[in-house]
Amino acid sequence: MIETILTSPLLGLTLSCLAWCVGLWVQKKTKLILCNPLIIAVILVVIVLNVFHIPFQDFNLGGEFITLMLGPVTALLALNIYQQRALLGRYFLPVVVGCLAGSLASVGSVLLLCRLLTLEEAITASLMPKSVTTAIAVAIAGSGGGVESLAIAAVMVAGVTGALFAPMFARLFHITDPVAQGVAIGACSHALGTTRAMEIGQLQGAMSSIAICICGLITSVITLFT
Amino acid sequence: MGVMAQLALVFGLCLACEGVSAALPFPFPASVLSMIILLGLLLSGVVKEKHIDKAAAFLVGNMAFFFLPSCAGIVEYWEALVPVLLPFFLVAFITTPLVYAVTGWTVSLLMGRKRKEEGHD
Repeated sequence: MIETILTSPLLGLTLSCLAWCVGLWVQKKTKLILCNPLIIAVILVVIVLNVFHIPFQDFNLGGEFITLMLGPVTALLALNIYQQRALLGRYFLPVVVGCLAGSLASVGSVLLLCRLLTLEEAITASLMPKSVTTAIAVAIAGSGGGVESLAIAAVMVAGVTGALFAPMFARLFHITDPVAQGVAIGACSHALGTTRAMEIGQLQGAMSSIAICICGLITSVITLFT
Repeated sequence: MGVMAQLALVFGLCLACEGVSAALPFPFPASVLSMIILLGLLLSGVVKEKHIDKAAAFLVGNMAFFFLPSCAGIVEYWEALVPVLLPFFLVAFITTPLVYAVTGWTVSLLMGRKRKEEGHD
């Protein structure tokens, strides 16, 4: 009986949903950016797998169903750009050129630093899309020979850094324009940064969510040439 | 449209894009391709918001959840990651303010121009 339970795809599905609920609950209680539901849920899953000696492959029999949804999730981000089309049309040039500059800076600086630190190709390919939203980052890392879970870890670091320090960055770099602040947060810290941008202001939040999609697109194209 | 019909539309689009992505001469993510095509369909009016709103509310609304299994997959690479943990986090951490600065400055510069032009009108 135990054998059946441990090798059923439902195990991975149940564990994932449960861990996610706990993660959401902790986030709600603590309201800390570091207590991101995903980070908490991942830690819980890893602990449960270790305690009960469940191989990751067995967990992933169910996990694969969830991962499969990432394609449709990314496709549906198109609706977010579409809903913001009026704002995007109004600030088209600054937003697109800003995202292009930011994406080039991101990919370029990661490449340069990885070469300096002589990191392996697979690690470099996983770090390259770290400023874009996870769904796109995973796809970019995958087609560039990177490791998906490392790409997600890198995306998390960039997201948490931006969400925590965005207001400080604005002062440090003297960015006072709300459109510039919003695009900059979205470009460096994707959706995690956007949650913070929404707290700073409505315009910042909207610009940030536009930047996520534009930077994702631009970075997918840039990484073709690296 | 019912939620199942909406899912059929989105899944079908992604499926078609997987085919196209495989046929491309360079590696381009199928999911990003499907995002571009869906945006084109929305802008051209072929697909309307009401055709995908319920699917989007569930899938995009719980977006981070769908990364959980791939993220937990980090245990598979843990041994390879430990020796490069510090440089790995360092690169991800210090390039973030750089991207903020470059993007912020570029947009500020262009916004300044735009405001000036609008001011002269």
